Amino acid sequence: MATIIIDGQEIEIDDNERLNVIQAADRAGVAIPFYCWHPGLSVVASCRMCLVETGTKNKETGKIDMVPKLVPACQTPAKDGTVVVTNSDKVKAKQQFVQEGLLLDHPVDCPICDQAGECWLQDYYFNYGHQQRRADVRPFTSQRRDLGEHVTLFVDRCVMCSRCVRFTREISGGGELQVVNRGSHAEIDIFPGFPLDDKLSGNVNDLCPVGALCSKDFLYEQRTWFLEPHNSVCTRCSTGCSIQQHVNQNHLYRIQPRYNPNANDWWMCDIGRNENDHVHAPERLTSIKRRGDGGWEDLLWPQGLMAIHETLIATAKEQGGAKLAFVLSPFLTCEEAFLLASYARELAPETWLVLGKVPVTGEDEVFKSGFTIRAERCPNRKGIEEILKHFGGNTCDWAGLLTKVDSGELAAAYITGDYPDPWIDDAEAARFEKLAWLIVHDILPTPLARRARFVIPGACSAEKDGCYVNHAGLLQATEWGVRPPEGSHVDGQTFGDLLGRKGLYQAAAVIRELAHAVPFFARAAEGVPEAGLNLVTGTEQQPRTTALGTVTHPLPTFRSMAAPFLEVESTT
Amino acid sequence: MAEFEPVLTANVHKPDSHTLRVYRESGGYTALKKVLDGMSSAEVVDAVKASNLRGRGGAGFPCGLKWSFLPKDHPGPVYMCVNADESEPGTFNNRLLMEDDPHQVIEGIIIGCYATRAQTAYIYLRYEYPTSYNRLQAAIDECYANNLLGKNILGSEFSLDIYLHRGAAAYICGEETGLIESLEGKRAWPRIKPPFPAIEGAFRKPTVVNNIETMACVPHIINRGADWFKSMGVPSTGPRDAGSYGPKLYCLSGHIEKPGIYEAPLGITCRELIEKFGGGVWKGRKGKAAIPGGISMGLLTEAEWDTPLDFAGPGKAGCLGLGTAAVVVLDETVSMVDFLHNSCRFFAHESCGQCTPCREGTSWSERILARIKAGKGRLKDLELILNISASIGIMPGTTICGLADGAAWPMKNAVNKFRAEFEEYIKRTNPSGYAQEDAVEALELVGLGVH
Repeated sequence: MATIIIDGQEIEIDDNERLNVIQAADRAGVAIPFYCWHPGLSVVASCRMCLVETGTKNKETGKIDMVPKLVPACQTPAKDGTVVVTNSDKVKAKQQFVQEGLLLDHPVDCPICDQAGECWLQDYYFNYGHQQRRADVRPFTSQRRDLGEHVTLFVDRCVMCSRCVRFTREISGGGELQVVNRGSHAEIDIFPGFPLDDKLSGNVNDLCPVGALCSKDFLYEQRTWFLEPHNSVCTRCSTGCSIQQHVNQNHLYRIQPRYNPNANDWWMCDIGRNENDHVHAPERLTSIKRRGDGGWEDLLWPQGLMAIHETLIATAKEQGGAKLAFVLSPFLTCEEAFLLASYARELAPETWLVLGKVPVTGEDEVFKSGFTIRAERCPNRKGIEEILKHFGGNTCDWAGLLTKVDSGELAAAYITGDYPDPWIDDAEAARFEKLAWLIVHDILPTPLARRARFVIPGACSAEKDGCYVNHAGLLQATEWGVRPPEGSHVDGQTFGDLLGRKGLYQAAAVIRELAHAVPFFARAAEGVPEAGLNLVTGTEQQPRTTALGTVTHPLPTFRSMAAPFLEVESTT
Repeated sequence: MAEFEPVLTANVHKPDSHTLRVYRESGGYTALKKVLDGMSSAEVVDAVKASNLRGRGGAGFPCGLKWSFLPKDHPGPVYMCVNADESEPGTFNNRLLMEDDPHQVIEGIIIGCYATRAQTAYIYLRYEYPTSYNRLQAAIDECYANNLLGKNILGSEFSLDIYLHRGAAAYICGEETGLIESLEGKRAWPRIKPPFPAIEGAFRKPTVVNNIETMACVPHIINRGADWFKSMGVPSTGPRDAGSYGPKLYCLSGHIEKPGIYEAPLGITCRELIEKFGGGVWKGRKGKAAIPGGISMGLLTEAEWDTPLDFAGPGKAGCLGLGTAAVVVLDETVSMVDFLHNSCRFFAHESCGQCTPCREGTSWSERILARIKAGKGRLKDLELILNISASIGIMPGTTICGLADGAAWPMKNAVNKFRAEFEEYIKRTNPSGYAQEDAVEALELVGLGVH
């Protein structure tokens, strides 16, 4: 064990832990302010906000030798015997000077700045700033300019922490951003004609501690203090990034990554971040419908579900369970898939359980840091497969289903969708016209839904509670951010109703049930921690939570949750 | 002390002094031969260590000690960078050496590389020296043609390539890690230390960075020995003082009758330099102050001119140090407000913009000085300037490199040593507002050319 003394308080850290003084102080409950340091990026020690006094304690004599100069805490390793003072007058004076310097040319346009409310300059000003402005110089002003499809730069708000520059060099690897000019005229910029438009570009907006880099998709959409964070999981590819949905009044305004060492570290891609038009799409399915001879007819939920149930039972009884197929979309949560599969096998033990169409786009896109956007554009293929494996018997994949449909082996199919993008074309959908009964459970009016006899409106991933298993076997829990549109039900509720269960659907109860029923999910019996559970390897990292990381550290609410600076430790 | 014989400038007045022929005629490359014939690397390092040769670039770090920091048994390659980015205002001694005796420098570099086992040396030359560029390159070509560079120099096992790299004219490239970054093709942002360049420098390999004038001293130390070298200069006064030995090129400029480069043993006083070599302050005027060693070292008032210009001297008079030993003389007509504004403007322009205190502090001080100059100064601005100067630099620990210390020292020295003049100026030019305590409206400054 190494002993570190922070402001007179002794803390112990393991010998094999490599922490800097900011992280060590955080363990002791002492907040050290910083701008340029980020645990996921290289250390430049240039903002100089984290200056502290350091020294070493002689183990034998107990004598403490302090270094006369201040040192940046981000660059100082916490070694055995390190003594750190963060609250001396000397430290405070220099922090004030840095804070004052950063505000020298800052326009202080907080009322029209998107970052207001989660701006580090604002927060630190109260704790570390001068209360009276000594500077009476006219700030440099410059205009905002676009750096890429999703990124815009308010030049004069920049504090030159160079996080964004390091991100493009070290994580995304494109190196599009750079510093141009010198001294206080230095600015972030792109090379003309080479915009920042790779698929990780949105992360620089999150990294920016001030309002300099803003998301063009979120610009002037909402004041940040109205936003309510919901911890969720991105469903856009099988990486399964941990995210936060930022919601106000049932409207999803923004998605940001949430730190998860097991899935995405601090980052996420622009696809998951921005392509969410389906959530509030006006064409969303909002009522349970039956197509009769006279066209579409809206039903009430109880009657509608009863009609579907009776149809399925009749088919199973008259033609045998093997004439029935239930398609489990890879966009269903594990709980939902478990309920639907249970329902299917309750109808008849030989019903076909089908893994829904797995959307694949191109090839895996791997970035410099190893961050990967997977070609498999769905969140839960692995989870569904494990559930199918558990139920066994008649199971197949989407291609197998199509063969069976074409050969006339099937009479009825219950197909779940919930795909955010168009997933089936007219020609493919037309093959299902052969079926006597086609029941489509989806969120958007697809060509398949138009050919269905029954349409059930589902919920998209933003509206679901539940768990997904990513490509590596990591089980993560997602939390709903918005409610489904009026008239729709979350899928789990619908399946519960079909099963004849009473009351409201509780994903947490179902995952316990699943954990007991299916050995693959056994570890989820005690609940799913924030960083998930790796069901394949049985081990994962869990971020250490300290008091500062969540409550009193002067990071704005979203920042502290979305990008905590906590170190991680391994647990099994 | 016997009459001082010029050492580094012994050849510079000869016709064609930049050619190999002339350099050889005056005994050039004998030190190299001596080294290659019978000395090991360690012996060369020891010889330079014994001479207490301190770096001539500004910081005065002992050269032999720097060489001995290189990791032993490193598989290599090891690089040598020679700092010829001479951009400290008032300094032009490297230029003389490169233009008029480039072979002396190159011999020093070859010996230095032999001592440090570097097989590649880069000379980082500032862009504004075209003649230096041409003559150094010509000298390097001559060396290659005469087996003084390239493979198996003078038939020995030792091989060396020297590349002349031309910078793009930024002050910060003279900082050793800024130089290395620039050499690597990056933006010249100084690196955080540790690791020091001796452990991880250019291209992530052990690197030693030395000044041109330091390298020019090396052949003479080899030829004539450490005792000869230590017979010049000021001896060490204690364990914390490495002493100031050897000859030094002093640049003399400003308000002086005979500006130029003068070679003298370290420790000559500022007054002696000005009176004896420079012919006194020009136009029969009185002196007011002098910059002891490049603008970043601060100011010596006329009363302090008896300060010896060795590595320890200017520090005792409140300056930052000897720096590059470039003495700039200010006569009695110079306004200290103008002087300080000019100094602050330089550093605001040259700050690389990496560390907040330097980036903002230099630019802020420039704007305050511009305002004072424009007749909008207040007495409390002087406190602000002192506060800024105490808050920036590696001395208080708020920046990565020493540029901000260089910016702070003129502020400190000018305001502390000439406070009465600043106060008089502010009161005279801003009679209605000099005592004002409230913040000045920023808008008032529009139109003053202040931004």
